[in-house]
Amino acid sequence: MAPSARQGAEGARAIRERAGNTLDSSLIVAQFISGLTSAMTLFLVASGLTLIFGVVNVFNFAHGSFYLLGAYFAYQVVAVSGVGFWAGVLLASLGAGAAGVLMEYFFLRRIYGRSGEAGFQILLTYSFILILDDVVKMIWGTDYKSISKPEALAGPLSVGEVTMPRYDLVVIAIGLAVAVGMWAAIRKTRFGRNLRAISSNREMASSLGVNVPLTLSLVFGLATALGGLSGAIAAPVRTVTPGAGIEVIIGSLIVVVIGGLGNFWGALVGALVIGEVTAFGILFLPQWAILFSYAVMALVLVFRPEGLLMKKGNAR
Amino acid sequence: MILELKDVHTYYGTSHVLFGVSLDVDRGEVVCLMGRNGAGKSTTFRSVMGLSLPRAGTVLFHGKDVTRLKVHAKARMGIGYVPEDRQIFPELTVRENLEIGRSSGIRRADGWSVDRIYGLFPVLEKYDRKPGGQLSGGEQQMLTIGRTLMGNPELVLLDEPTEGLAPVVVIALKEMILRLKEMGTTILLSEQNVKFAAKVSDRVFIIDNGAIRYRNDIEGFRNDEAVQKRYLAV
Ligand SMILES: Nc1ncnc2c1ncn2[C@@H]1O[C@H](COP(=O)(O)OP(=O)(O)O)[C@@H](O)[C@H]1O
Ligand SMILES: [Mg+2]
Repeated sequence: MAPSARQGAEGARAIRERAGNTLDSSLIVAQFISGLTSAMTLFLVASGLTLIFGVVNVFNFAHGSFYLLGAYFAYQVVAVSGVGFWAGVLLASLGAGAAGVLMEYFFLRRIYGRSGEAGFQILLTYSFILILDDVVKMIWGTDYKSISKPEALAGPLSVGEVTMPRYDLVVIAIGLAVAVGMWAAIRKTRFGRNLRAISSNREMASSLGVNVPLTLSLVFGLATALGGLSGAIAAPVRTVTPGAGIEVIIGSLIVVVIGGLGNFWGALVGALVIGEVTAFGILFLPQWAILFSYAVMALVLVFRPEGLLMKKGNAR
Repeated sequence: MILELKDVHTYYGTSHVLFGVSLDVDRGEVVCLMGRNGAGKSTTFRSVMGLSLPRAGTVLFHGKDVTRLKVHAKARMGIGYVPEDRQIFPELTVRENLEIGRSSGIRRADGWSVDRIYGLFPVLEKYDRKPGGQLSGGEQQMLTIGRTLMGNPELVLLDEPTEGLAPVVVIALKEMILRLKEMGTTILLSEQNVKFAAKVSDRVFIIDNGAIRYRNDIEGFRNDEAVQKRYLAV
Protein backbone atom coordinates (compact mmCIF):
# COMPACT_ATOMS: atom_id res chain seq x y z
CA MET A 1 0.00 0.00 0.00
CA ALA A 2 2.81 2.32 0.87
CA PRO A 3 4.01 3.09 -2.65
CA SER A 4 0.52 3.67 -3.92
CA ALA A 5 -0.13 5.97 -1.02
CA ARG A 6 3.13 7.76 -1.70
CA GLN A 7 2.43 8.10 -5.38
CA GLY A 8 -1.14 8.97 -4.63
CA ALA A 9 0.03 11.69 -2.28
CA GLU A 10 2.23 13.19 -4.95
CA GLY A 11 -0.58 12.87 -7.44
CA ALA A 12 -3.02 14.53 -5.11
CA ARG A 13 -0.63 17.37 -4.42
CA ALA A 14 -0.15 17.92 -8.13
CA ILE A 15 -3.87 17.84 -8.70
CA ARG A 16 -4.47 20.29 -5.88
CA GLU A 17 -1.85 22.68 -7.14
CA ARG A 18 -3.46 22.60 -10.52
CA ALA A 19 -6.84 23.11 -8.99
CA GLY A 20 -5.54 26.02 -6.96
CA ASN A 21 -6.16 24.10 -3.76
CA THR A 22 -9.90 24.18 -4.09
CA LEU A 23 -11.75 20.94 -3.65
CA ASP A 24 -14.02 20.99 -6.65
CA SER A 25 -16.23 18.10 -7.60
CA SER A 26 -13.97 16.87 -10.40
CA LEU A 27 -11.18 16.40 -7.87
CA ILE A 28 -13.47 14.42 -5.62
CA VAL A 29 -14.51 12.24 -8.54
CA ALA A 30 -10.90 11.73 -9.57
CA GLN A 31 -9.95 10.63 -6.07
CA PHE A 32 -13.00 8.39 -5.89
CA ILE A 33 -11.98 6.68 -9.14
CA SER A 34 -8.42 6.31 -7.92
CA GLY A 35 -9.76 4.76 -4.69
CA LEU A 36 -11.88 2.33 -6.68
CA THR A 37 -8.90 1.36 -8.80
CA SER A 38 -6.72 0.46 -5.86
CA ALA A 39 -9.74 -1.19 -4.20
CA MET A 40 -10.05 -3.52 -7.18
CA THR A 41 -6.40 -4.52 -7.21
CA LEU A 42 -6.67 -5.15 -3.45
CA PHE A 43 -9.88 -7.09 -3.93
CA LEU A 44 -8.30 -9.40 -6.50
CA VAL A 45 -5.61 -10.34 -3.99
CA ALA A 46 -7.86 -10.43 -0.93
CA SER A 47 -10.57 -12.52 -2.61
CA GLY A 48 -7.98 -15.18 -3.42
CA LEU A 49 -6.66 -15.04 0.12
CA THR A 50 -10.13 -15.46 1.50
CA LEU A 51 -10.97 -18.24 -0.97
CA ILE A 52 -7.88 -20.22 0.02
CA PHE A 53 -8.67 -19.72 3.67
CA GLY A 54 -12.31 -20.72 3.28
CA VAL A 55 -11.75 -23.82 1.16
CA VAL A 56 -8.19 -25.00 1.74
CA ASN A 57 -8.14 -23.80 5.35
CA VAL A 58 -4.73 -22.24 4.93
CA PHE A 59 -3.80 -18.65 5.64
CA ASN A 60 -1.45 -17.98 2.75
CA PHE A 61 0.95 -15.29 3.93
CA ALA A 62 2.73 -15.64 0.60
CA HIS A 63 -0.36 -14.53 -1.31
CA GLY A 64 1.06 -11.06 -1.94
CA SER A 65 4.05 -12.70 -3.58
CA PHE A 66 1.83 -13.95 -6.38
CA TYR A 67 0.85 -10.33 -7.00
CA LEU A 68 4.58 -9.71 -7.21
CA LEU A 69 5.08 -12.58 -9.64
CA GLY A 70 2.17 -11.38 -11.75
CA ALA A 71 3.71 -7.91 -11.99
CA TYR A 72 7.15 -9.23 -12.98
CA PHE A 73 5.76 -11.80 -15.39
CA ALA A 74 3.79 -9.01 -17.05
CA TYR A 75 6.93 -6.85 -17.20
CA GLN A 76 8.83 -9.75 -18.75
CA VAL A 77 6.34 -10.64 -21.47
CA VAL A 78 5.07 -7.14 -22.25
CA ALA A 79 8.05 -4.83 -21.77
CA VAL A 80 10.88 -7.27 -22.56
CA SER A 81 9.41 -9.80 -24.99
CA GLY A 82 7.01 -7.35 -26.61
CA VAL A 83 3.85 -9.42 -26.33
CA GLY A 84 0.61 -7.42 -26.52
CA PHE A 85 -0.54 -5.97 -23.21
CA TRP A 86 -3.68 -8.02 -22.59
CA ALA A 87 -2.10 -11.24 -23.80
CA GLY A 88 0.71 -10.43 -21.38
CA VAL A 89 -1.74 -9.91 -18.53
CA LEU A 90 -3.32 -13.26 -19.31
CA LEU A 91 0.04 -15.03 -19.45
CA ALA A 92 1.14 -13.37 -16.20
CA SER A 93 -2.01 -14.54 -14.43
CA LEU A 94 -1.59 -18.06 -15.73
CA GLY A 95 2.08 -18.02 -14.71
CA ALA A 96 1.25 -16.91 -11.17
CA GLY A 97 -1.49 -19.55 -10.99
CA ALA A 98 0.92 -22.24 -12.14
CA ALA A 99 3.42 -21.14 -9.48
CA GLY A 100 0.62 -21.36 -6.91
CA VAL A 101 -0.29 -24.88 -7.98
CA LEU A 102 3.35 -25.93 -7.66
CA MET A 103 3.58 -24.42 -4.19
CA GLU A 104 0.41 -26.24 -3.10
CA TYR A 105 1.33 -29.53 -4.71
CA PHE A 106 4.92 -29.83 -3.55
CA PHE A 107 4.75 -28.09 -0.18
CA LEU A 108 1.43 -27.16 1.42
CA ARG A 109 -0.19 -30.48 0.61
CA ARG A 110 2.33 -32.20 2.85
CA ILE A 111 1.19 -30.41 5.98
CA TYR A 112 -2.61 -30.65 5.64
CA GLY A 113 -4.15 -32.28 8.68
CA ARG A 114 -0.86 -32.52 10.53
CA SER A 115 -1.22 -31.78 14.22
CA GLY A 116 -0.18 -28.20 14.89
CA GLU A 117 -0.88 -27.51 11.22
CA ALA A 118 -1.45 -23.80 11.79
CA GLY A 119 2.09 -23.27 13.01
CA PHE A 120 3.57 -25.12 10.04
CA GLN A 121 1.36 -23.12 7.69
CA ILE A 122 2.65 -19.82 9.03
CA LEU A 123 6.27 -20.93 8.77
CA LEU A 124 5.86 -22.43 5.33
CA THR A 125 3.84 -19.66 3.71
CA TYR A 126 5.99 -16.98 5.36
CA SER A 127 9.13 -18.65 4.06
CA PHE A 128 7.66 -18.42 0.57
CA ILE A 129 7.51 -14.62 0.86
CA LEU A 130 11.27 -14.63 1.39
CA ILE A 131 11.94 -17.26 -1.26
CA LEU A 132 9.84 -15.61 -3.97
CA ASP A 133 11.24 -12.19 -3.10
CA ASP A 134 14.76 -13.50 -3.61
CA VAL A 135 13.84 -15.37 -6.76
CA VAL A 136 12.46 -12.14 -8.20
CA LYS A 137 15.60 -10.22 -7.20
CA MET A 138 17.81 -12.88 -8.74
CA ILE A 139 15.96 -12.84 -12.04
CA TRP A 140 15.02 -9.18 -12.44
CA GLY A 141 17.33 -7.33 -10.05
CA THR A 142 16.31 -4.67 -7.56
CA ASP A 143 15.69 -1.75 -9.94
CA TYR A 144 12.23 -0.38 -10.37
CA LYS A 145 10.54 -1.70 -13.48
CA SER A 146 7.63 -0.25 -15.33
CA ILE A 147 5.42 -1.16 -18.21
CA SER A 148 3.27 1.23 -20.12
CA LYS A 149 -0.47 1.16 -20.42
CA PRO A 150 -1.90 -0.08 -23.69
CA GLU A 151 -1.96 2.93 -26.02
CA ALA A 152 -5.68 2.97 -26.53
CA LEU A 153 -6.20 3.40 -22.80
CA ALA A 154 -3.37 5.82 -22.09
CA GLY A 155 -5.43 8.99 -22.16
CA PRO A 156 -8.28 10.31 -20.06
CA LEU A 157 -11.97 10.02 -20.74
CA SER A 158 -13.90 13.26 -20.35
CA VAL A 159 -17.51 13.30 -19.36
CA GLY A 160 -18.63 16.90 -19.05
CA GLU A 161 -16.42 18.56 -16.44
CA VAL A 162 -15.01 15.31 -15.18
CA THR A 163 -12.01 13.56 -16.65
CA MET A 164 -11.21 10.00 -15.72
CA PRO A 165 -8.20 7.88 -16.66
CA ARG A 166 -9.43 5.29 -19.14
CA TYR A 167 -7.10 2.60 -17.86
CA ASP A 168 -8.41 2.94 -14.30
CA LEU A 169 -11.94 2.45 -15.56
CA VAL A 170 -10.88 -0.77 -17.23
CA VAL A 171 -9.22 -1.98 -14.02
CA ILE A 172 -12.42 -1.26 -12.11
CA ALA A 173 -14.45 -3.12 -14.71
CA ILE A 174 -12.12 -6.12 -14.51
CA GLY A 175 -12.41 -6.17 -10.71
CA LEU A 176 -16.20 -6.03 -10.82
CA ALA A 177 -16.35 -8.68 -13.54
CA VAL A 178 -14.16 -10.99 -11.47
CA ALA A 179 -16.35 -10.38 -8.41
CA VAL A 180 -19.54 -11.25 -10.28
CA GLY A 181 -17.90 -14.15 -12.11
CA MET A 182 -16.53 -15.65 -8.92
CA TRP A 183 -19.82 -15.24 -7.14
CA ALA A 184 -21.63 -17.01 -9.96
CA ALA A 185 -19.02 -19.76 -10.10
CA ILE A 186 -19.26 -20.39 -6.36
CA ARG A 187 -23.06 -20.28 -6.18
CA LYS A 188 -24.16 -21.71 -9.51
CA THR A 189 -21.64 -24.24 -10.81
CA ARG A 190 -20.74 -27.79 -9.89
CA PHE A 191 -17.20 -26.74 -9.13
CA GLY A 192 -18.48 -24.03 -6.78
CA ARG A 193 -20.82 -26.45 -5.06
CA ASN A 194 -17.88 -28.79 -4.50
CA LEU A 195 -15.90 -25.90 -3.04
CA ARG A 196 -18.66 -25.09 -0.59
CA ALA A 197 -18.96 -28.74 0.38
CA ILE A 198 -15.20 -29.10 0.88
CA SER A 199 -15.14 -25.92 2.91
CA SER A 200 -17.81 -27.33 5.20
CA ASN A 201 -16.60 -30.95 5.48
CA ARG A 202 -13.60 -32.20 3.55
CA GLU A 203 -13.86 -35.85 4.64
CA MET A 204 -17.51 -36.10 3.70
CA ALA A 205 -16.95 -34.50 0.30
CA SER A 206 -14.24 -37.02 -0.54
CA SER A 207 -16.37 -39.90 0.77
CA LEU A 208 -18.95 -38.93 -1.84
CA GLY A 209 -16.40 -39.06 -4.63
CA VAL A 210 -15.23 -35.44 -4.86
CA ASN A 211 -11.56 -35.37 -5.81
CA VAL A 212 -10.55 -33.16 -2.90
CA PRO A 213 -6.77 -33.04 -3.48
CA LEU A 214 -7.26 -31.97 -7.10
CA THR A 215 -9.90 -29.39 -6.13
CA LEU A 216 -7.62 -27.88 -3.49
CA SER A 217 -4.82 -27.54 -6.06
CA LEU A 218 -7.22 -25.88 -8.49
CA VAL A 219 -8.48 -23.46 -5.84
CA PHE A 220 -4.92 -22.57 -5.00
CA GLY A 221 -4.15 -22.06 -8.67
CA LEU A 222 -7.25 -19.95 -9.25
CA ALA A 223 -6.59 -17.77 -6.21
CA THR A 224 -2.94 -17.20 -7.02
CA ALA A 225 -3.86 -16.47 -10.65
CA LEU A 226 -6.15 -13.71 -9.36
CA GLY A 227 -3.22 -12.40 -7.31
CA GLY A 228 -1.11 -12.47 -10.46
CA LEU A 229 -3.84 -10.70 -12.44
CA SER A 230 -3.87 -7.98 -9.80
CA GLY A 231 -0.11 -7.50 -10.03
CA ALA A 232 -0.18 -7.50 -13.82
CA ILE A 233 -2.93 -4.89 -14.20
CA ALA A 234 -1.47 -2.76 -11.42
CA ALA A 235 1.99 -2.79 -13.01
CA PRO A 236 1.35 0.17 -15.36
CA VAL A 237 -0.01 2.37 -12.54
CA ARG A 238 2.44 1.41 -9.81
CA THR A 239 6.12 0.78 -10.17
CA VAL A 240 7.14 -2.85 -9.98
CA THR A 241 9.55 -3.46 -7.09
CA PRO A 242 10.60 -6.56 -5.15
CA GLY A 243 9.07 -5.36 -1.86
CA ALA A 244 5.55 -5.18 -3.32
CA GLY A 245 4.61 -8.67 -2.11
CA ILE A 246 4.77 -7.72 1.54
CA GLU A 247 3.00 -4.40 1.05
CA VAL A 248 0.16 -6.11 -0.79
CA ILE A 249 -0.25 -8.87 1.78
CA ILE A 250 -0.49 -6.30 4.56
CA GLY A 251 -3.12 -4.39 2.62
CA SER A 252 -5.04 -7.62 1.96
CA LEU A 253 -4.77 -8.63 5.57
CA ILE A 254 -6.45 -5.38 6.57
CA VAL A 255 -9.11 -5.99 3.93
CA VAL A 256 -9.94 -9.50 5.12
CA VAL A 257 -9.99 -8.43 8.75
CA ILE A 258 -12.55 -5.76 7.83
CA GLY A 259 -14.62 -8.06 5.62
CA GLY A 260 -14.32 -11.22 7.67
CA LEU A 261 -11.79 -13.89 6.73
CA GLY A 262 -13.34 -16.49 4.42
CA ASN A 263 -16.15 -14.13 3.39
CA PHE A 264 -16.14 -13.42 -0.34
CA TRP A 265 -18.32 -10.29 -0.36
CA GLY A 266 -16.49 -9.16 2.75
CA ALA A 267 -13.32 -9.02 0.68
CA LEU A 268 -15.03 -6.71 -1.80
CA VAL A 269 -16.50 -4.46 0.89
CA GLY A 270 -13.20 -4.40 2.79
CA ALA A 271 -11.28 -3.51 -0.36
CA LEU A 272 -13.71 -0.71 -1.22
CA VAL A 273 -13.50 0.70 2.30
CA ILE A 274 -9.70 0.63 2.35
CA GLY A 275 -9.36 1.89 -1.22
CA GLU A 276 -11.57 4.90 -0.59
CA VAL A 277 -10.35 5.64 2.93
CA THR A 278 -6.80 5.73 1.60
CA ALA A 279 -7.73 7.78 -1.46
CA PHE A 280 -9.59 10.44 0.52
CA GLY A 281 -7.07 10.28 3.35
CA ILE A 282 -4.46 11.29 0.78
CA LEU A 283 -6.61 14.15 -0.37
CA PHE A 284 -7.26 15.66 3.02
CA LEU A 285 -4.36 14.61 5.23
CA PRO A 286 -1.69 13.13 2.97
CA GLN A 287 0.88 12.59 5.72
CA TRP A 288 -1.62 10.50 7.72
CA ALA A 289 -3.14 8.59 4.82
CA ILE A 290 -1.57 5.22 5.56
CA LEU A 291 -2.63 5.37 9.17
CA PHE A 292 -6.31 5.64 8.27
CA SER A 293 -6.56 2.11 6.98
CA TYR A 294 -4.95 0.76 10.16
CA ALA A 295 -7.36 2.85 12.19
CA VAL A 296 -10.33 1.38 10.33
CA MET A 297 -8.99 -2.10 10.93
CA ALA A 298 -8.49 -1.40 14.62
CA LEU A 299 -12.06 -0.10 14.92
CA VAL A 300 -13.42 -3.20 13.20
CA LEU A 301 -11.36 -5.45 15.44
CA VAL A 302 -12.72 -3.72 18.51
CA PHE A 303 -16.39 -3.45 17.52
CA ARG A 304 -16.96 -6.22 14.91
CA PRO A 305 -14.10 -8.66 15.40
CA GLU A 306 -15.83 -11.22 13.20
CA GLY A 307 -15.76 -8.75 10.28
CA LEU A 308 -18.34 -6.38 8.85
CA LEU A 309 -20.18 -8.99 6.79
CA MET A 310 -19.66 -12.02 8.95
CA LYS A 311 -22.46 -13.70 10.80
CA LYS A 312 -21.13 -15.26 13.96
CA GLY A 313 -20.02 -18.87 13.46
CA ASN A 314 -20.47 -18.74 9.71
CA ALA A 315 -17.48 -19.43 7.53
CA ARG A 316 -18.89 -17.82 4.41
CA MET B 1 -17.42 -61.65 -2.03
CA ILE B 2 -17.96 -57.92 -2.49
CA LEU B 3 -16.06 -56.75 0.60
CA GLU B 4 -13.46 -58.46 2.71
CA LEU B 5 -11.35 -57.12 5.58
CA LYS B 6 -8.30 -59.18 6.48
CA ASP B 7 -6.55 -58.62 9.78
CA VAL B 8 -7.03 -54.83 9.77
CA HIS B 9 -5.13 -52.80 12.39
CA THR B 10 -6.04 -49.14 12.72
CA TYR B 11 -4.69 -46.44 15.01
CA TYR B 12 -5.69 -42.91 15.97
CA GLY B 13 -2.26 -41.35 16.39
CA THR B 14 -0.54 -43.67 18.84
CA SER B 15 -3.73 -45.25 20.15
CA HIS B 16 -4.29 -48.74 18.73
CA VAL B 17 -8.03 -49.17 18.09
CA LEU B 18 -8.60 -52.09 15.69
CA PHE B 19 -6.68 -55.28 16.50
CA GLY B 20 -6.86 -57.42 13.40
CA VAL B 21 -10.46 -57.04 12.25
CA SER B 22 -11.53 -59.58 9.62
CA LEU B 23 -14.99 -59.74 8.10
CA ASP B 24 -16.65 -60.39 4.79
CA VAL B 25 -19.81 -59.35 2.98
CA ASP B 26 -21.35 -61.15 0.02
CA ARG B 27 -23.09 -59.43 -2.84
CA GLY B 28 -26.75 -58.70 -2.09
CA GLU B 29 -26.47 -59.35 1.65
CA VAL B 30 -27.31 -57.12 4.59
CA VAL B 31 -24.59 -57.74 7.17
CA CYS B 32 -24.72 -56.18 10.59
CA LEU B 33 -21.68 -55.19 12.62
CA MET B 34 -22.78 -55.04 16.24
CA GLY B 35 -20.97 -53.83 19.31
CA ARG B 36 -21.11 -51.46 22.24
CA ASN B 37 -20.16 -47.81 22.11
CA GLY B 38 -16.43 -47.57 21.56
CA ALA B 39 -16.13 -51.16 20.32
CA GLY B 40 -14.68 -50.05 16.96
CA LYS B 41 -17.65 -50.10 14.55
CA SER B 42 -17.13 -46.60 13.15
CA THR B 43 -13.39 -47.09 12.97
CA THR B 44 -13.97 -50.24 10.92
CA PHE B 45 -16.08 -48.24 8.45
CA ARG B 46 -13.54 -45.42 8.38
CA SER B 47 -10.84 -48.01 7.66
CA VAL B 48 -12.82 -49.36 4.71
CA MET B 49 -13.27 -45.85 3.26
CA GLY B 50 -9.66 -44.91 3.94
CA LEU B 51 -10.65 -42.00 6.18
CA SER B 52 -8.49 -43.69 8.83
CA LEU B 53 -5.84 -45.65 6.98
CA PRO B 54 -5.14 -49.14 8.38
CA ARG B 55 -1.51 -49.55 9.41
CA ALA B 56 -1.64 -53.24 8.64
CA GLY B 57 -4.05 -55.61 6.97
CA THR B 58 -6.00 -55.37 3.73
CA VAL B 59 -9.38 -54.23 2.50
CA LEU B 60 -10.55 -56.07 -0.61
CA PHE B 61 -13.39 -54.85 -2.82
CA HIS B 62 -14.45 -57.45 -5.39
CA GLY B 63 -11.24 -59.26 -4.53
CA LYS B 64 -9.06 -56.26 -5.39
CA ASP B 65 -6.80 -54.69 -2.76
CA VAL B 66 -8.14 -51.16 -2.24
CA THR B 67 -6.63 -50.51 1.20
CA ARG B 68 -4.48 -47.57 0.16
CA LEU B 69 -6.67 -46.06 -2.53
CA LYS B 70 -7.73 -42.43 -2.07
CA VAL B 71 -11.09 -41.92 -0.39
CA HIS B 72 -12.75 -40.44 -3.49
CA ALA B 73 -11.43 -43.31 -5.62
CA LYS B 74 -13.25 -45.78 -3.37
CA ALA B 75 -16.46 -43.80 -3.67
CA ARG B 76 -16.03 -43.87 -7.44
CA MET B 77 -15.62 -47.67 -7.38
CA GLY B 78 -19.05 -48.01 -5.80
CA ILE B 79 -18.53 -47.91 -2.04
CA GLY B 80 -21.07 -45.61 -0.43
CA TYR B 81 -20.53 -44.35 3.11
CA VAL B 82 -23.20 -42.96 5.44
CA PRO B 83 -21.43 -41.69 8.57
CA GLU B 84 -23.03 -42.05 11.98
CA ASP B 85 -23.23 -38.36 12.82
CA ARG B 86 -25.16 -37.33 9.66
CA GLN B 87 -22.57 -35.09 8.20
CA ILE B 88 -24.83 -33.22 5.83
CA PHE B 89 -23.52 -29.97 4.35
CA PRO B 90 -25.61 -27.52 6.38
CA GLU B 91 -25.15 -24.50 4.09
CA LEU B 92 -25.91 -26.39 0.88
CA THR B 93 -29.53 -26.80 -0.10
CA VAL B 94 -31.15 -30.21 0.20
CA ARG B 95 -30.97 -30.57 -3.58
CA GLU B 96 -27.30 -29.57 -3.65
CA ASN B 97 -26.59 -32.09 -0.89
CA LEU B 98 -28.16 -34.77 -3.05
CA GLU B 99 -26.47 -33.63 -6.25
CA ILE B 100 -23.04 -33.76 -4.69
CA GLY B 101 -23.71 -37.45 -4.14
CA ARG B 102 -23.43 -37.85 -7.91
CA SER B 103 -19.70 -37.07 -7.66
CA SER B 104 -19.03 -40.81 -7.66
CA GLY B 105 -19.62 -40.57 -11.39
CA ILE B 106 -21.41 -43.93 -11.46
CA ARG B 107 -24.38 -43.64 -13.81
CA ARG B 108 -26.94 -46.34 -14.40
CA ALA B 109 -30.10 -46.38 -16.46
CA ASP B 110 -32.00 -47.57 -13.38
CA GLY B 111 -29.91 -45.31 -11.12
CA TRP B 112 -30.99 -42.86 -8.45
CA SER B 113 -32.12 -39.32 -9.21
CA VAL B 114 -33.23 -36.47 -6.98
CA ASP B 115 -36.85 -37.26 -7.82
CA ARG B 116 -36.44 -40.92 -6.93
CA ILE B 117 -34.86 -39.98 -3.58
CA TYR B 118 -37.86 -37.71 -2.94
CA GLY B 119 -40.03 -40.71 -3.75
CA LEU B 120 -38.15 -42.77 -1.18
CA PHE B 121 -38.16 -40.01 1.47
CA PRO B 122 -41.18 -37.79 0.67
CA VAL B 123 -40.51 -35.42 3.60
CA LEU B 124 -37.35 -34.15 1.91
CA GLU B 125 -39.10 -32.73 -1.15
CA LYS B 126 -40.57 -29.69 0.56
CA TYR B 127 -37.08 -28.60 1.65
CA ASP B 128 -35.69 -28.83 -1.88
CA ARG B 129 -34.21 -25.29 -2.00
CA LYS B 130 -33.70 -24.89 1.76
CA PRO B 131 -30.35 -25.30 3.50
CA GLY B 132 -29.80 -28.82 4.84
CA GLY B 133 -29.05 -27.36 8.26
CA GLN B 134 -32.78 -26.59 8.70
CA LEU B 135 -33.77 -30.26 8.73
CA SER B 136 -34.61 -32.23 11.88
CA GLY B 137 -32.37 -35.10 12.99
CA GLY B 138 -34.50 -37.76 11.30
CA GLU B 139 -34.76 -35.76 8.09
CA GLN B 140 -31.00 -35.23 8.10
CA GLN B 141 -30.50 -38.97 8.43
CA MET B 142 -32.69 -39.52 5.36
CA LEU B 143 -30.78 -36.82 3.50
CA THR B 144 -27.43 -38.44 4.35
CA ILE B 145 -28.66 -41.80 3.10
CA GLY B 146 -30.23 -40.29 -0.01
CA ARG B 147 -27.04 -38.35 -0.74
CA THR B 148 -24.98 -41.54 -0.67
CA LEU B 149 -27.53 -43.44 -2.80
CA MET B 150 -27.26 -40.73 -5.46
CA GLY B 151 -23.81 -42.14 -6.23
CA ASN B 152 -25.43 -45.49 -7.17
CA PRO B 153 -23.15 -47.48 -4.84
CA GLU B 154 -22.99 -51.26 -5.03
CA LEU B 155 -22.12 -51.46 -1.35
CA VAL B 156 -23.45 -49.10 1.32
CA LEU B 157 -21.76 -48.70 4.69
CA LEU B 158 -24.50 -47.53 7.06
CA ASP B 159 -23.06 -46.47 10.41
CA GLU B 160 -25.63 -46.65 13.22
CA PRO B 161 -28.48 -45.15 11.19
CA THR B 162 -31.09 -45.49 13.95
CA GLU B 163 -29.07 -43.76 16.67
CA GLY B 164 -31.18 -41.13 18.42
CA LEU B 165 -34.12 -41.35 16.02
CA ALA B 166 -37.83 -41.43 16.87
CA PRO B 167 -39.54 -44.87 16.57
CA VAL B 168 -41.51 -43.88 13.44
CA VAL B 169 -38.34 -42.84 11.68
CA VAL B 170 -36.69 -46.12 12.70
CA ILE B 171 -39.57 -48.02 11.09
CA ALA B 172 -39.18 -45.98 7.91
CA LEU B 173 -35.46 -46.78 7.90
CA LYS B 174 -36.13 -50.48 8.31
CA GLU B 175 -38.43 -50.43 5.30
CA MET B 176 -35.92 -48.45 3.33
CA ILE B 177 -33.15 -50.95 4.05
CA LEU B 178 -35.37 -53.86 3.00
CA ARG B 179 -36.26 -52.03 -0.22
CA LEU B 180 -32.61 -51.37 -1.02
CA LYS B 181 -31.86 -55.03 -0.43
CA GLU B 182 -34.66 -56.01 -2.79
CA MET B 183 -33.11 -53.73 -5.38
CA GLY B 184 -29.84 -55.64 -5.04
CA THR B 185 -27.80 -53.15 -2.99
CA THR B 186 -25.36 -54.75 -0.56
CA ILE B 187 -25.36 -53.21 2.91
CA LEU B 188 -22.92 -53.33 5.78
CA LEU B 189 -24.76 -51.87 8.73
CA SER B 190 -23.56 -51.08 12.23
CA GLU B 191 -26.10 -51.24 15.01
CA GLN B 192 -26.52 -51.69 18.75
CA ASN B 193 -30.21 -52.51 18.71
CA VAL B 194 -30.68 -56.29 18.49
CA LYS B 195 -34.31 -56.10 17.41
CA PHE B 196 -33.59 -53.74 14.54
CA ALA B 197 -30.59 -55.79 13.41
CA ALA B 198 -32.61 -59.01 13.52
CA LYS B 199 -35.32 -57.51 11.32
CA VAL B 200 -33.07 -56.38 8.48
CA SER B 201 -29.87 -58.46 8.49
CA ASP B 202 -28.82 -61.79 6.99
CA ARG B 203 -25.69 -62.19 9.07
CA VAL B 204 -24.09 -60.65 12.14
CA PHE B 205 -20.55 -59.90 13.29
CA ILE B 206 -19.87 -58.72 16.83
CA ILE B 207 -16.94 -56.45 17.49
CA ASP B 208 -15.61 -55.76 20.98
CA ASN B 209 -12.46 -53.92 22.01
CA GLY B 210 -11.39 -53.63 18.40
CA ALA B 211 -11.60 -57.30 17.39
CA ILE B 212 -14.34 -59.53 15.94
CA ARG B 213 -15.53 -61.86 18.72
CA TYR B 214 -18.49 -63.57 17.09
CA ARG B 215 -20.04 -64.28 13.71
CA ASN B 216 -23.25 -66.08 12.87
CA ASP B 217 -26.30 -66.02 10.63
CA ILE B 218 -29.29 -64.09 11.89
CA GLU B 219 -31.24 -67.13 13.13
CA GLY B 220 -28.35 -68.36 15.24
CA PHE B 221 -27.70 -64.88 16.63
CA ARG B 222 -31.33 -64.23 17.50
CA ASN B 223 -31.43 -67.34 19.68
CA ASP B 224 -28.05 -66.81 21.29
CA GLU B 225 -28.99 -64.71 24.29
CA ALA B 226 -25.74 -65.42 26.10
CA VAL B 227 -23.78 -63.68 23.35
CA GLN B 228 -26.21 -60.78 23.22
CA LYS B 229 -25.82 -60.29 26.98
CA ARG B 230 -22.10 -60.60 26.89
CA TYR B 231 -21.30 -58.17 24.08
CA LEU B 232 -24.30 -55.89 23.81
CA ALA B 233 -26.19 -53.83 26.31
CA VAL B 234 -29.50 -55.70 26.18
N1 LIG C 1 -10.68 -39.53 16.55
C1 LIG C 1 -10.34 -40.39 17.51
N2 LIG C 1 -9.17 -40.23 18.18
C2 LIG C 1 -8.80 -41.09 19.15
N3 LIG C 1 -9.53 -42.13 19.55
C3 LIG C 1 -10.69 -42.36 18.91
C4 LIG C 1 -11.15 -41.50 17.87
N4 LIG C 1 -12.35 -41.96 17.43
C5 LIG C 1 -12.61 -43.06 18.17
N5 LIG C 1 -11.62 -43.29 19.05
C6 LIG C 1 -11.55 -44.43 19.98
O1 LIG C 1 -11.55 -45.60 19.23
C7 LIG C 1 -12.35 -46.58 19.83
C8 LIG C 1 -13.38 -47.09 18.86
O2 LIG C 1 -14.26 -46.03 18.55
P1 LIG C 1 -15.40 -46.15 17.45
O3 LIG C 1 -14.85 -46.85 16.26
O4 LIG C 1 -15.97 -44.81 17.24
O5 LIG C 1 -16.44 -47.11 18.19
P2 LIG C 1 -17.99 -47.34 17.89
O6 LIG C 1 -18.31 -46.77 16.57
O7 LIG C 1 -18.13 -48.82 17.94
O8 LIG C 1 -18.74 -46.68 18.99
C9 LIG C 1 -12.94 -45.95 21.09
O9 LIG C 1 -12.18 -46.34 22.20
C10 LIG C 1 -12.79 -44.49 20.85
O10 LIG C 1 -12.59 -43.81 22.05
MG1 LIG D 1 -19.69 -45.37 16.12
